[in-house]
Amino acid sequence: MININEVIETNKMIEKENLDVRTITLGISLLDCVSSSMDELCSNIYRKITGVAENLVSVGQEIEREYAIPIVNKRISVTPIALVGASAAKGIDDYVRIAKTLDEAAEKVGVNFLGGFSALPAKGMTRSEELLIRSIPKSLSQTEHICASVNLGSTKTGINMDAVALMGEIIKETASLTCDRDSIGCAKLVVFCNAPDDNPFMAGAFHGVTETDNVINVGVSGPGVINYALQSVKGKDFGILADTIKKTAFKVTRLGQLVAQEASRRLGVPYGIVDLSLAPTPAVGDSIAEILESMGLEKVGAPGTTAALALLNDQVKKGGIMASSYVGGLSGAFIPVSEDHGMIEGVECGSLTLEKLEAMTCVCSVGLDMIALPGKTSASTISGIIADEMAIGMINQKTTAVRVIPVIGKDVGDSAEFGGLLGYAPIMKVNGFSCEDFIKRGGRIPAPVHSFKN
Amino acid sequence: MAKDKSIITVVGKDQVGIIARVTGYLYENNVNVEDITQSIVAGFFNMMMIVDTSLSKKEFLSLSKELEDLGRNIGVMIKLQREDIFESMQRI
Repeated sequence: MININEVIETNKMIEKENLDVRTITLGISLLDCVSSSMDELCSNIYRKITGVAENLVSVGQEIEREYAIPIVNKRISVTPIALVGASAAKGIDDYVRIAKTLDEAAEKVGVNFLGGFSALPAKGMTRSEELLIRSIPKSLSQTEHICASVNLGSTKTGINMDAVALMGEIIKETASLTCDRDSIGCAKLVVFCNAPDDNPFMAGAFHGVTETDNVINVGVSGPGVINYALQSVKGKDFGILADTIKKTAFKVTRLGQLVAQEASRRLGVPYGIVDLSLAPTPAVGDSIAEILESMGLEKVGAPGTTAALALLNDQVKKGGIMASSYVGGLSGAFIPVSEDHGMIEGVECGSLTLEKLEAMTCVCSVGLDMIALPGKTSASTISGIIADEMAIGMINQKTTAVRVIPVIGKDVGDSAEFGGLLGYAPIMKVNGFSCEDFIKRGGRIPAPVHSFKN
Repeated sequence: MAKDKSIITVVGKDQVGIIARVTGYLYENNVNVEDITQSIVAGFFNMMMIVDTSLSKKEFLSLSKELEDLGRNIGVMIKLQREDIFESMQRI
């Protein structure tokens, strides 16, 4: 039987250590909405989403109350819209209209974000994908809840450098169209290499074509819980450190598993996966950087940071995999800058640079995330940063991503304010040497060899 | 484990009558108490009850809300939670 100390421990994690379920994300296939008429397509999409997700928010709130566990976000992911809109959308404005329809549906069911305004041109780009991508700046500046993502490469296909070059320009244009709000449009736009089909986290969530009609995916959180557990093993060897993280990750994941199963049962929608990611927030005590510092680093970014993050990421996976049979999504430790107050401090004191963050992405779960750049950064430089990150993902057979915000009108020394969970970020210094001639070559970087691993 | 098994926790400064008022409320609402553990650490009262809410006429969410309100009246924190959250996190 459960004893009082176990009850106290669990409730302390929730009340004092910021343990929460970060998101319940309902994946909805829109493939059956396809039509060659824009009117019909938009009404099919609106009807499908508002029907399937009608009770998502209320069921989420019910689970919150019954278990006294915060479920911070209830969200929706849909089939990549470049597939759904291909038959009807003939121009950029048609895609903007679809984005607005999605936004209205999201508003109606009460979710804060809807992901899947996406294209997957990892090898080649269809006409429809190009139109969707070119509509992103307008679509994101004219909607509140929509998140866009583009998969630019994979270990199997190589990297679509035409799409990488295009995305540099699209990110700049999105920044310009939302310059009155510190270019916040870019916070809702992410590019991937090896994008997963079942990721519940924004901005990159979409409901992949390998999925069933509707599915519930859950993203847990809990950097604060891990950091607290590490306080009791200060100075102990790496075996004990690893073991402590693993055991704590187990408990955190079990919570996610429980919530996923309950949500699935109550909504009558199959349960897909639990995403093990440790997702920080700007709150003190809910930071990945703090965990790395608790391991013995003076500041995040100091030598040893990559090793510490590698250990953390691997142990979180090991503990989580024991706790849930269906693990998926991104699963690891996120290292966003603006959403993590320890990362922000690292940048402000000069310990954490863009180059060190890039090294950290080789061992973390995603990539360069929520990084504010000077507004004057050129499109080709942004494409260069993207290409580097895609290459890391392609060669290492992992998911990598880039979500950078060139904040129009601001420069190193300023900071950008995004508000809420998105936090704020000091503008980071970017290497000023040009890569323009490299980016404008065009074409594709061939898929890598899968042998001779060195 | 029965689905209706739940855990009530009461945390706060110790005073006369905490258990009496909580169990009084449970009695009125036909909630059966199956186990009680309590401890007082440095003047702080910690109590855990395992209860069965299946025979109560009230919905789980109203029981939970009324217990919270009762806690506020007494000056302690009372929580009602389904037991599976602890089972999931603390047992393999």
